[in-house]
Amino acid sequence: MDYEKLLSRTAADIPPSGIRKFFDYLETMPDAISLGVGEPDYQTPWHIREAGIYSLTKGFTKYTGNAGLTELRREICRYLARRFDLDGYDWKSETIVTVGGSEAIDLALRALINPGDEVIVPEPSFVCYSPIARLAGGVPVAVATKAENRFKLTADELRAAITPRTKALVLPFPNNPTGAIMERGDLEAIAGVLRGTGIFVISDEIYAELTYGKRHVSIASLEGMRERTVVIGGFSKAYSMTGWRLGYAAGPEPLIKVMTKIHQYAIMCAPTTSQYAAIEAMRAGDEDIEAMREDYGYRRRYILKRFRDLGLDCFEAEGAFYVFPCIRSTGLSSEEFAEKLLVAEHVAVVPGNAFGASGEGFIRCCYAASIKNIDEALDRIGRFLDTRTKEE
Amino acid sequence: MENILKLLERDARLTNSQLAAMLGTDEETVAQEIKRLENDHVILGYKTLIDWEKTDKEVVTAIIEVRVTPQRGEGFEKVAERIYQFEEVESLYLMSGGFDLAVFIVGRTMREVALFVATKLAPVEGVASTATHFILKKYKESGVFFETEPEEQERGYLL
Repeated sequence: MDYEKLLSRTAADIPPSGIRKFFDYLETMPDAISLGVGEPDYQTPWHIREAGIYSLTKGFTKYTGNAGLTELRREICRYLARRFDLDGYDWKSETIVTVGGSEAIDLALRALINPGDEVIVPEPSFVCYSPIARLAGGVPVAVATKAENRFKLTADELRAAITPRTKALVLPFPNNPTGAIMERGDLEAIAGVLRGTGIFVISDEIYAELTYGKRHVSIASLEGMRERTVVIGGFSKAYSMTGWRLGYAAGPEPLIKVMTKIHQYAIMCAPTTSQYAAIEAMRAGDEDIEAMREDYGYRRRYILKRFRDLGLDCFEAEGAFYVFPCIRSTGLSSEEFAEKLLVAEHVAVVPGNAFGASGEGFIRCCYAASIKNIDEALDRIGRFLDTRTKEE
Repeated sequence: MENILKLLERDARLTNSQLAAMLGTDEETVAQEIKRLENDHVILGYKTLIDWEKTDKEVVTAIIEVRVTPQRGEGFEKVAERIYQFEEVESLYLMSGGFDLAVFIVGRTMREVALFVATKLAPVEGVASTATHFILKKYKESGVFFETEPEEQERGYLL
């Protein structure tokens, strides 16, 4: 069999994630500390797990409707209104429950893209947007956000990227990996560029609950933007439910209808047990969110201070659970830094360029870790920097 | 500062410099605040949670339900005071419901605890009756699980 010929050209040509080798290596080090993985370190709160278990004891093990349980979709609408002023989504026609936020991103891109359509993707950002856009026949257009703008997307940057072929803008804020957020004013500027165009916004708000000091604002809550935005959210980050694989999208009926059609053929429905657990999360989980956010907040301040004390430039990340220190002063590339640090001190971080070329010169550190581990990791990073200075 | 208390309640070994960084203030402020909280007896002490089962030391804990005949003009306070002064008494709470005082006793053996109840606790003036319950196993204390070995979990390292 000639597999080169067999495989889809588009799929085969997508570059693999360069991170795998780090984590394979990491697994061989028992004393390793990882600030690498983008995952909460909390267990899913017990009352949520218990609701999932209870649904199993009741025998709720069948498919649900394609778009998800009625009760869950109603709760999603209440939640969006309660927490982000996104009022009045119709659960029946404007929401869909998906397998993680990731599936919602996939569905939205597939539902929107015609061959050759351009999708603007601010970078550094989560790794999935460009590959999925390509698989859907689209052309991803990377826009580099800048440290001096606190890694926000500016109206000028957006304007410069728009062409007659632009179909959609991915808006990934609060941002993985930079921790950047878009405030109301920042979003107004973006909305100002988009209103009156045919460009649609895929707003990936998976980290919406994790902002520190300032409440997350959804672009869909701005005047005239709801009709041109699909809001994507999920349970993984807010409720520490990564393994449950559950997310959702809320947006205009015609888009949700097509997304649901793709979902119906490709996925059928999101996992039933997870959906029951998610109803409990949305009904009784606000306090869990606050407690986790408070804790992340302490760790955020702590890791920022430690990085700055080490003399690394680190902008004040206000969202998600990442900091994105600049390592240019070491004279190393992001990958060299991450690799040498792992070999020398057994600390895993992710090179910034894994999230787009504009991430070069930075590393992503996840602070969803205990203060003890953050402390130990930063001690080791300090030692690593010292040794390098001495060698020079 | 409520936040200092919350953080210390969970981990009393956080240093002032760690607390300062976590709270976004300086070490001096934290030191002063802790001093104040100690002086005001808001912070009463710092202790370590120990699973004695994992050591050679023999420890038994019992909860004694105590019913009290309130004395005129004294209420429960005097009786409670007479009980909590004993070194064997680890904790003492005034309760609502079927009995009045919950007394936590720590001893080396069940016999030792039983003897304490019979010879010291029961004869206290105002104590009408006692019921002793021994703790057989601790699962959780002050928010911490006793079994801490998590089962090996196969997991993916995703971005």
